[in-house]
Amino acid sequence: MSNQQNKNISAAQQQYQQFAKEREPKRPVLTNCLHAFIAGGLICTLGQFFQWFYMTYFNFTEITAGSPTQATLIIISALLTSLGIYDHIAQWAGAGTIVPVTGFANTITSAAIEHRSEGYVLGVGGNMFKIAGPVITFGVFSAFVVAIIKITIQKLGGF
Amino acid sequence: MLQGRQSWVFVKQPVIISTAVVGGPFEGAGALAQDFDILYEDIWLGQASFEKAEKKMLEDACEKAIQKAGLNKEDVHFFLSGDLMNQIISSSFAARTLGIPYLGLFGACSTSMAGLSLAAFLINAGGAGYVLSAVSSHNSAVNKQYRYPTEYGAQNPPTAQWTVTGAGAALVAANGNGPRVTGATIGRIVDLGISDPFNMGAAMAPAAVDTIKAHFRDFNVDAAHYDLIATGDLGKVGHHIAGDLLQEQGIDIPPDKFTDCGLLIYKKDQPVMAGGSGCACSAVVTYGHLLNRMRRGELKRILVVATGALLSPLSYQQKESIPCIAHAVVMEREGD
Amino acid sequence: MEKYLIAFVVGGTICVIGQILLDVFRLTPAHMTVALVVTGAVLGGLGLYEPLVKFAGAGASVPISSFGNSLVKGALFEAKTTGLVGVLTGIFEVTSAGISSAIIFGFLASLLFKPKG
Repeated sequence: MSNQQNKNISAAQQQYQQFAKEREPKRPVLTNCLHAFIAGGLICTLGQFFQWFYMTYFNFTEITAGSPTQATLIIISALLTSLGIYDHIAQWAGAGTIVPVTGFANTITSAAIEHRSEGYVLGVGGNMFKIAGPVITFGVFSAFVVAIIKITIQKLGGF
Repeated sequence: MLQGRQSWVFVKQPVIISTAVVGGPFEGAGALAQDFDILYEDIWLGQASFEKAEKKMLEDACEKAIQKAGLNKEDVHFFLSGDLMNQIISSSFAARTLGIPYLGLFGACSTSMAGLSLAAFLINAGGAGYVLSAVSSHNSAVNKQYRYPTEYGAQNPPTAQWTVTGAGAALVAANGNGPRVTGATIGRIVDLGISDPFNMGAAMAPAAVDTIKAHFRDFNVDAAHYDLIATGDLGKVGHHIAGDLLQEQGIDIPPDKFTDCGLLIYKKDQPVMAGGSGCACSAVVTYGHLLNRMRRGELKRILVVATGALLSPLSYQQKESIPCIAHAVVMEREGD
Repeated sequence: MEKYLIAFVVGGTICVIGQILLDVFRLTPAHMTVALVVTGAVLGGLGLYEPLVKFAGAGASVPISSFGNSLVKGALFEAKTTGLVGVLTGIFEVTSAGISSAIIFGFLASLLFKPKG
């Protein structure tokens, strides 16, 4: 008997999907979360170190140190991606290497080096944002919406 | 000749007079390294792109198979080939190099047996004296097209499979020494709604079961008729599901007779998740390892059921499920 | 030393949220990062992300969610000084270093490196 929700799927399909799901090796969610916690935590700790470094030796304030810190992490990530190491760490770390800004750099770098064979303009330039595109697009658009809403509420006498 | 609803019996028993199997470094580190004709140490094969490397592998496999048969390119009447690249470009460029009249096939990972069955049909029907059937796949090229760039840090789930970097070619003739192709069953599309491109084993298992059932029905045989029944690349997950589905439908294949090329090709310690996949998977294991066993006298009659997931990079984004297919070919030792 | 520990724990926790989105909710990495960025933007708009950054330092500023927050911060700051058009002109102000370096070093990498497979 098909659910109302899945009216596009026949009963046979639903039955098989249940059958397949029962035989699917379960993802090791807890292990993955533990790895993500450790890897992500370490990357953030490294970021904290860089922040201190830039504040202590380069006259940055707590606010302005954010930029060189991010840039440093991005350079490291681009290098590890280029050396073919990042993806191996990522298989272990999962979200721990995707979520930090290093993941963002990895998406751009991996796409850039992959498509060099199609030339620099169309290959590298045209494909660089293949995976990073959604983050930029939705980041900018949601920031736009949030900002407009906040300004509107403020103008109408809200917070 | 038509056998049953969707099968062919090859009364003239076309012969696989030679095969050639090539692979990359990962395959060289695998369980069947000794059954490869050429093993490359570099996935680029010294070429400027992964796609060009795949074309080179396919060309090498084809030329080696022709050479091993003691023939020239000009002697081969037709070239049947397929791969996973958009517009099966690797096959087209290999055909350009070989200069043999060419028919391109797309069956994803089922192309090896689709090509072999058509080659046997052509020979059996007197439509050709020599037909070369080949397939190729390249791990990095496939990731670039279907999934993520090679160096992207995504975490592959345990159901994911590893595309074989390699190519397999078989030269089929009307006469000669070698394993015989005696029958084939052409599969139909089976889609039970699985849409996860990282779990193709589950998507393809029903297609394999459908074709095996059709084959047993058309030829009126059962598993006892064969020494080995090997699916193409169902992998750990798909093979297990297929085994359970067959049992549920009353078809008994003893576990020691039922294997999968994707499970045979790599060693347990290689990080391949659920096993090997790709067009080359079924081809390199069949044309190399399995036929070597047959040539050594260890196997008399085998059924290879190559399975293919016919999704496109776009279909998944458009929320389509994965239509799958499986083609089966019977190979027998000569002299029996 | 305490600051490092807090950075570790908060950063790790945000990554765990990401991992749960991947494994339990079966989002793709792209969908997951988009979810985090948008969440960061919303929390930034509500004025809740800045306190987290003050508390956790790099633990909140390194994950991609801070990207959303920075985009909102830039937009609001510029809008305050130059009016509504500031929303458009200010969005990339704070995140400029991140995006610029990712593009520059990504491109440099393509000049110098090949994928390893």
